[in-house]
Amino acid sequence: MTDQHEHAAVSNRAHPEAPARSSGIAVIPTDAVANPGFPPERPRVTDLDPKVEKAQERRIIALFFVSIIGSIAAIVFYIVFPIIPGDMQSVRNNTMFVGAAIALALLAVGVGVVHWSKALMHGHDLVEERHETRGSEPTRERAAEIFTEANEESGFTRRRLLRNTLITAAVVSPLPGIVLLRDLAPIADPVPLLKHTMWAKGTRLTRDPSGTPIRAADVTLGSAFHVIPEGLNELEHGKLEEKAKAAVLLMRLKPEDLHVTPGRETWGFDGIVAYSKICTHVGCPVALYEQQTHHLLCPCHQSQFDITHEARVIFGPAKRALPQLPIAVDDEGYLVAQSDFTEPVGPSFWERVL
Amino acid sequence: MTNEQPKRRKRGRRHPLAMVALIALGLAGTGGAYALATVPAGAETTSAVSSDLVAQGEALFAANCATCHGLALEGTEDGPSLIGVGAASVDFQVGTGRMPLAMSGPQAEVKPVQFTTEQIRALAEYVASVSPGPAIPDEEYLTGEGADLAIGGELFRINCAMCHNVAGAGGALTEGKYAPPIMGVSAAHIYEAMLTGPQNMPVFNDDNISPEDKANVIAYLKYLETTPSVGGASLGSLGPVSEGLFVWIAALGLIVGITIWLTAKSN
Repeated sequence: MTDQHEHAAVSNRAHPEAPARSSGIAVIPTDAVANPGFPPERPRVTDLDPKVEKAQERRIIALFFVSIIGSIAAIVFYIVFPIIPGDMQSVRNNTMFVGAAIALALLAVGVGVVHWSKALMHGHDLVEERHETRGSEPTRERAAEIFTEANEESGFTRRRLLRNTLITAAVVSPLPGIVLLRDLAPIADPVPLLKHTMWAKGTRLTRDPSGTPIRAADVTLGSAFHVIPEGLNELEHGKLEEKAKAAVLLMRLKPEDLHVTPGRETWGFDGIVAYSKICTHVGCPVALYEQQTHHLLCPCHQSQFDITHEARVIFGPAKRALPQLPIAVDDEGYLVAQSDFTEPVGPSFWERVL
Repeated sequence: MTNEQPKRRKRGRRHPLAMVALIALGLAGTGGAYALATVPAGAETTSAVSSDLVAQGEALFAANCATCHGLALEGTEDGPSLIGVGAASVDFQVGTGRMPLAMSGPQAEVKPVQFTTEQIRALAEYVASVSPGPAIPDEEYLTGEGADLAIGGELFRINCAMCHNVAGAGGALTEGKYAPPIMGVSAAHIYEAMLTGPQNMPVFNDDNISPEDKANVIAYLKYLETTPSVGGASLGSLGPVSEGLFVWIAALGLIVGITIWLTAKSN
């Protein structure tokens, strides 16, 4: 851009004279702040001192050389630090050195180019005006003409039925796509799936992950067992879905520490209690059990449940106590469930009715 | 350059580990001797050395522990009863410096060990002689030989990782309590912690996690400890919070700095 153009552009930016006539509605301010334009140009040291300019040029050249060295170093490092299968240290060395060298190469060239443009290139301020968005009068007239001609030729406004069926066809065409969205929802009604778990009368409590049954005598005071229902490991389909609902934490406390509400006296066994591991807030596994305070902490949002008071919420965003799994001991001394959970486990859902 | 540092640190860590392993060896020997001594049939094999140790332990206990735990291990208002806690518990609590307690607080802190290996052995022998409890583990479960890392890893993720962090870096619990990091803890102390459930940690007895599986978990932890992070700096393995903080402060700060430099006028 020439200097002449530049000056013209700058003067263009100044406000035009206020119009002589007003429509009577708009208030046109007459004391508008004038565009101050650019501050006076301050020459850079590289403009004033040819020595500095030369030094800066050498610095930029050095940066480009660093970039070249970085690129070559990346290749060298790739050969010097090969990835040896099974050796994690070799993977670490390879990614680290090759990555650092490539980063150096790209960063040096980037910094060099920016520094070049800032220190050595033309330092004047320039203004480029935007193009006019409005087309010229003849162009606009011709465009309107094309519309009229097209209407006459096609009969879009004359042949009404033709036009309306076309619009209807266009409106109807996305409907199959909306119907296909149904496939994103579960095929079965999700509500029964959310309300029931694998636990049933007589299902043994087994260790996660081995699936071996747990005897009541195994659960010593202060113990915490991570429990899955018997038969979970043998499931062919939906093993993880079932585990996500049926996971249970089994703990043994002193029986006198437990505060049992009437009706739940038989749900535990000699201080052994089982609670759903799925948080009633948003379903994280609640398993951070403190055996002295008997608090259960959910790691996701810090909900705390008090096991001595039937896992009631004592802190955090959860609203309901963890559902308790009623347990008993079978003839062989193994812990079994008395029934499924008596309420849906996990977070609330729309159709949940207690 | 930066890669050399973790290496050097690890080599440095080797040293205390080797020493701890030596301690563990000695302790395991004690445990073995104790196990022999408590076999009902061999009740008469209790050696003179062992009874000497018990006497030394009793004196140490009376001088250092009885204020809170009672002269007969019966416990007081300030400390729990130690009847039935076993040698494993004593070795863990005293061997990691948690006991004697410096002050009461949400939980006992790890601090420099206050007793010599010999004294800890004597204390453990004494407490175990008053009433039986979990013994110090055998060496065979601590070396990691023939252990199954995959099983150990799965058991760790199911039973331990929610409190101790998936990389064993530890994590917060309620009301000022926390699960301590397990990296750099000796195999014997990890085993004893699982067996006895110190403080708020639940007990994982041998019926829950068998001694072989405990050995698998320990081997997995030792594998984690010695295997470098493939992705570079692990930032303490604390998870998304520490990593996010690093990105927000360091990486975004760098980007802001570069942006300012890009748009600043050159002088």
